[in-house]
Amino acid sequence: MTRVTLRALLSHWWRNPMQLFTLLAGLALATALWSGVQAVNAEARASYDAAAATLGEGQYDRLIRRDGQPMDQATYIALRRAGWLVSPVVQGRYNGVRIVGVDPLTAPGGIGPIELQDGTDIGSFFTGQGQLFANADTAADLPDLTVVVSPNTAPGTAVTDIGVAQRLLGKDNQIDSLLVLPRQPKTQAALDAVVPQLTRQQAQAGSDIGRLTDSFHLNLTAFGLLSFAVGIFIVHGAIGLAFEQRRPVVRTLRALGLPLRRLVLLMGAELMLFALVAGIVGVALGYVIAALLLPDVAATLRGLYGADVSGTLQLRPVWWLSGLAIALGGTALAASGALYKLSKMPLLAAAQPRALAMAAGQSARLQGIGAALLLTLSVTLMFTANGLIGGFGLLASLLIGAALALPLILDRILAAASAMARSVKAQWFWADTRQQLPGLSLALMALLLAMAANVGVSTMVSSFRLTFVDFLDQRLASELYVRTEDATQGAALIDFATPRVDAILPIQNADVQIAGQPTEVYGTRDHSTYRDNWVFLQSTPTPWDTTFAGQTILINEQLSRRAGLNVGDVIPLQGQDFTIAGVYGDYGNPIGQAVIGEDIFATLYPGIAPENFGIRINPDDVPTFLSELEAATGIAATQSINQAGIKAISLSIFERTFTVTTALNILTLAVAGFAILMSLLTLASMRIPQLAPAWAMGMTRSQIGKLELLRAVLLAVLTAMIALPLGLALAWALLAVVNVAAFGWQLPMYLFPADYARLGLFALLAAALAALWPARRLARTPPADLLKVFSNER
Amino acid sequence: MLLHAENIHKTYTTADGPFEVLRGVDLTLGGGETLALTGESGSGKSTLLHLIGGLDTPDTGVIRLNGTDMAGLDDSGRAALRRGTVGVVFQQFNLIPSLKVADNIAFQARLADQHDAAWAETLAERMGLTPHLNKYPEQLSGGQQQRVAIARTLAPKPRLVLADEPTGNLDESTAATVMDLMLELVSASGAGLLMVTHSEALAARLSRRLHLKAGQIA
Repeated sequence: MTRVTLRALLSHWWRNPMQLFTLLAGLALATALWSGVQAVNAEARASYDAAAATLGEGQYDRLIRRDGQPMDQATYIALRRAGWLVSPVVQGRYNGVRIVGVDPLTAPGGIGPIELQDGTDIGSFFTGQGQLFANADTAADLPDLTVVVSPNTAPGTAVTDIGVAQRLLGKDNQIDSLLVLPRQPKTQAALDAVVPQLTRQQAQAGSDIGRLTDSFHLNLTAFGLLSFAVGIFIVHGAIGLAFEQRRPVVRTLRALGLPLRRLVLLMGAELMLFALVAGIVGVALGYVIAALLLPDVAATLRGLYGADVSGTLQLRPVWWLSGLAIALGGTALAASGALYKLSKMPLLAAAQPRALAMAAGQSARLQGIGAALLLTLSVTLMFTANGLIGGFGLLASLLIGAALALPLILDRILAAASAMARSVKAQWFWADTRQQLPGLSLALMALLLAMAANVGVSTMVSSFRLTFVDFLDQRLASELYVRTEDATQGAALIDFATPRVDAILPIQNADVQIAGQPTEVYGTRDHSTYRDNWVFLQSTPTPWDTTFAGQTILINEQLSRRAGLNVGDVIPLQGQDFTIAGVYGDYGNPIGQAVIGEDIFATLYPGIAPENFGIRINPDDVPTFLSELEAATGIAATQSINQAGIKAISLSIFERTFTVTTALNILTLAVAGFAILMSLLTLASMRIPQLAPAWAMGMTRSQIGKLELLRAVLLAVLTAMIALPLGLALAWALLAVVNVAAFGWQLPMYLFPADYARLGLFALLAAALAALWPARRLARTPPADLLKVFSNER
Repeated sequence: MLLHAENIHKTYTTADGPFEVLRGVDLTLGGGETLALTGESGSGKSTLLHLIGGLDTPDTGVIRLNGTDMAGLDDSGRAALRRGTVGVVFQQFNLIPSLKVADNIAFQARLADQHDAAWAETLAERMGLTPHLNKYPEQLSGGQQQRVAIARTLAPKPRLVLADEPTGNLDESTAATVMDLMLELVSASGAGLLMVTHSEALAARLSRRLHLKAGQIA
C-alpha cells in the first residue's frame, strides 16, 4: 500500500515539474543563503578559536605594565621567585606575520593547538634553535625561516620559542605580557608588593577578538535568516499550492481506501525527502557563496578588528549540518499548516482545487490580528529596546508584522480602485487582480522583505559612508604620516623636519584601563589641526583649551557609552584626576580611546616616546621632503604614508566591510524575483478557467497577456511604496538601536532618494521580467485549452 | 445478506440551521443483486451511498456490510473496507490525473493488495481501453475516463459496487455503452450493485428499485 501510494503521490510532481522545481529551488536557495553565511561564520569562529588557543586570548589573566611598555626578564624572574606561576609571551610582526613567542615549559596548555607531526624536531623547538609553527599560508610568508606546517595554528600567526621570537623581533630581554596560570600556590606575595609597575588584565577584559566580532557575525546571521525567511515564503507558497492542487487526488485516495493517517505520514515523508535533496543542493550552493564571500569577510575582519581569519574555506560539520537541519526544519514549518489542514479535512470536503482566495476569509482576520500585534510590539520596542536582543526583536516584529499586513493593505487599495473604476474592462481588471492577490501574496511578502532590507541596509551603509568620510577628513588631517623604528629615529625626524614643515604632530599612546574598559590614551600636541577638524558629540565650550592645558580629557563615544561616562565626569589617570571635556565620534574603533595634552602625557608616561608622527606640509612638497628625509636620517620612504594613501586604505577596508551585506542584499532581491516568477508560473495553470470567460466575451489573448504583465508590475509598485517606509524604519532601527548595542556608537541617518528610486526601478524590472514568461504563455494559450473550460468543468 | 442498513438518520448543519437529510431509512441488498436508488435532488440518495461506502458516518442507525457493523470501525477500519470490500464509481470519475490509465485501473487493487494482472487486463480489454493504457486521463474523452473509473472499481473484485450517477456526465449513447459494460462485468464478478440514478430507463434495467423522498423510502 505504501509503495503504490508513494508512487501516486510522487507522480504529481513528475507531471508538474515546474511546481517541483519551485519547491526544490526555493528551499535550496534559502538553505544556500543560510548555510553560506553560517560557513563564513564558522570559518571565522574557528580562526578566533585557534587564535585564542595559540595566544591564550581571553582565557587567562595577563600581567602587563601600567604604562603599556614591555617588561624585562628580571620582572618575570622576580614573580616566579615570589611563587607566582606565570608564563612569558612576546609578540610582534615579522614580514607581516604575527610572531608569538611562548615558553613551552611554563605556558598553560603547552604550545597551544600545535600538533606535532612527522618532521617536527621538538628538540629544536625547545632548544630555541629557530623552529616556528604556522599554517601553510603563513609559512609561505616566512621563506627564510624554518617553519613546520601546523594546520591548527591561527591564521597569520607563527608560534615559536620565546628566545627565537625575541631575536626575530629585536626584543632581546623583553617580555610583552605574562600569562597568569589558573592554579596558583596558596601562599604567595601580593602582586603589588613584587611588581608594582604591573597591572592584572582580567580574562575576557582585553581585546577578545571573538567578542569584538560577535556583532559583525550577528549581522551576517540576521541577513542569512532574513534570506532564509524569504526562501521559506517561497517554499510555503509552493507547498500550499501543491496541497490545494492535490485536494481532488487526496479525496480520491481516501475514497479508494487509503487511511488518513498513512496519507498524512506519506505526504510528510515525501516533503522531507524533497527537503533533504534541496538541502544537499543548498549546502553545496552555500559552499560556493561562502567561498566567494570569505576573502572579503576575512579582509574586513582583519581591517576592522585586526582579527586574522583564514581565507580558505573548510567543510565544517557545524554549518553543513545546520544547513540541512534548517532545510528540514523550514520545510516542516512551511508544511505543518497544510498537513494539519489535511489531517482535519473531512473526506467529503469540496474536492475542487480552491483558489487560495477562498481559504483566505478566516485566515485574513487572524493575519490582521497578528500583524497588528507585531506592529504594536515593534512600536513599543522602538522606545524601549536598548540591547542587541531587543534590537533584533524590533527588526523581527517590524518586518514580520509588515509582511503579514501587506496583503490586507493591498486588498484595501485594490478594492478602492475597483470601486472607482469606470469602464467594464477596468472593473474586471481590478476585481481580477484582487482575486489573484492571495495566490501572489507570499511572493509579494518576499519582495517586500527583500526591498525593505535593501532600503534599510543601503541607508545604513550610505549613512555610514558619509559619516566615515567626514570622520577620515577629521582624523587624517595631516598630509603625511611617518613611522619611525625607535625613539632615536623619532628624534632625528623631529630635528630634520622642524625647519622644513608647517607642523609636526607626534602620535603617542599608552594602553590603560579606564572604568574597567581597555583604553588607548593619546598625548596630543596643541595645534589647529585638532581644533579645526574634530567634531564633538557633546563638549564643554572650550574642550581643547582645557585639554591642552592638562586639566581635562576627551573620550570617544565607545568609552562614554560602555563606561557610562559623560562631560563633567572625572577620570583618574596615573593618580591624577581629569574632568571629561568632550565626547567625540570614533567610528570603526572597537575599544575605548582618550586624548590628553602632550605635556601631561609626557609627565604621566615618561617612558613613552613618540614613534609615529603626523606632518603638516604643502602636499606638493611631499616627494622632495621624503627623499631628503631618507638621505639625511635613513628613514625610508616605505616608513611613511601620505594622507591620500591612508584614506584610500581606510575606505577600501570600509567598503569591504559591506561587500558581504551588499552581496546578500542582491541575492535576497534575486530570490524575491524568483518567488514572483514561480508563483506566477504555478498560478498560470489555475488562471485559464478565470481568463477563459473574458476571452469568450471578446478580449484577445494578447490583451489578456498584457494585462497579466501590467498586473504584476502594478502589484510590485504598490509593494515598493510600502517597502520604502518599512525600509527606512528598518534603517533607523539598525542605526539607532542595533548599531549602538553592537558597536557602541550611533550614526546619524541620511536619506538617499536617488538610491531608493533606482532600487524601486530594479524591483519593478524584476517583477516585469518575472511576469513576462507567464504572461507570454497565457497570451499564447491555444483556444482549444480555453474552450475546454466550457466543455468540462474540471 | 451482503448489505443491511436499518433506521439510518443523518443531519447536516446548513446556513439555515440543521437539515435532516435521511430520516430512518432501511435497506438490504444480497450478493449478485442490483438495486437502483432514485429520487429528486436533495432527497438523500448520495448521502445514503456515502454512508454505506464508509465515506461518512450516520448519526444513528446500523449499517452492516458483509456481516461487519460499520459503527465499530475507525477511520482505518472504514478505509480497509473501502479498499477491499466496496468499490465506488463517482459521477466525476475521480481518476488520479498524474497516473497513466493502466496504473489508474490497477491502483485500488494494488492498494488492497488484491491485484490480479490477468483480471485487470480483461477489464481493460472489455472496456475498450487497451489502446489507451499508456495515456494520461486528460488525454481521454469523458466516456473513456468513466470506463477507466469502472475498471478501477472492479479490479479488486469488490463484494459491493456503489455507483453515484456513473453516467451523469456522459451523452446518451456513451452512457448506454458504459452501463452495458458495467452491468455485464458486475454480474460476471458476482458483486452486488447499488446505483444512484435520475434515469428511469437506467433504473428499469436493475433487478430492484427504491425511491427516496425527503429522506425516507417512498
